[in-house]
Amino acid sequence: MLNTNSIPILKLKDFLIVSIQTDLHDRMAEQLQQDILDRISKTHAKGVLIDISALEMVDSFIGRALADTARMASTLDAEIVIVGMQPAVAITLVELGLSLGDVKTAINLDEGHELLQQALEEKTSEEQPSEEGLAEEADDGGSD
Amino acid sequence: MTVVQIREEQDIVRARTTAKKTAQGLGFGLVDQTRISTAVSELARNVYLYAGEGEVHIEELNNRHGIRVTFIDHGPGIEDVDLAMKDGWSSVKAMGKGLPGAKRLSDRMEIHTEPGEGTTVTIEKWLSR
Repeated sequence: MLNTNSIPILKLKDFLIVSIQTDLHDRMAEQLQQDILDRISKTHAKGVLIDISALEMVDSFIGRALADTARMASTLDAEIVIVGMQPAVAITLVELGLSLGDVKTAINLDEGHELLQQALEEKTSEEQPSEEGLAEEADDGGSD
Repeated sequence: MTVVQIREEQDIVRARTTAKKTAQGLGFGLVDQTRISTAVSELARNVYLYAGEGEVHIEELNNRHGIRVTFIDHGPGIEDVDLAMKDGWSSVKAMGKGLPGAKRLSDRMEIHTEPGEGTTVTIEKWLSR
């Protein structure tokens, strides 16, 4: 079962962590996309941090795989943050004419984690506006 | 000159890694090395996707003032080069960034193609001294 080509996906509480430490060829990128989506649906993870700091190059194929993964993950109610893109890679991506769309990015794992945490908190507060929100408004009106 | 045969998907990685090493040896900075390996990745993938197989020739320019990478295939050729150079246009499952993207990342790009005969794409990146 253990595929030496597969990239490990770690689970930490609500989030998954993926660190790409190898030069990705196309099929690996596709496999990783599928693996991440599988793990999200199995673990109900709310967010995924993908560390690409070791990637020396992101071409249109890898770029598209990352952007697609993020879009698909959001349909599974999980947020993806791409972490640690090297400056040279960022410059090249723009010149190549590739945009990662509205995929969230962060400088490092710490900041990426922060982003996910914020997104998760915003989502939870949106989902339960109910009585607390109303009570606050009433309080505001009543204060003199 | 180094020749990388393109026959399977992993050869795309071999082509870009070899080109990057050559660029590094010539003294290109990290951003240019990345531009070169990305352009090579796009064009080697075109060879693999459109022609199935081909060759990538990686060489130093005279006086070591740059790098030249040539992509040779005997695939179907490109019917409409102008169209293929348009951003976002792709006839297969690629993104349509290959040719125009590689051109932007290079200092010079040349395409020779004959429908039914094949395609040769040459890119160069020059060292600014």
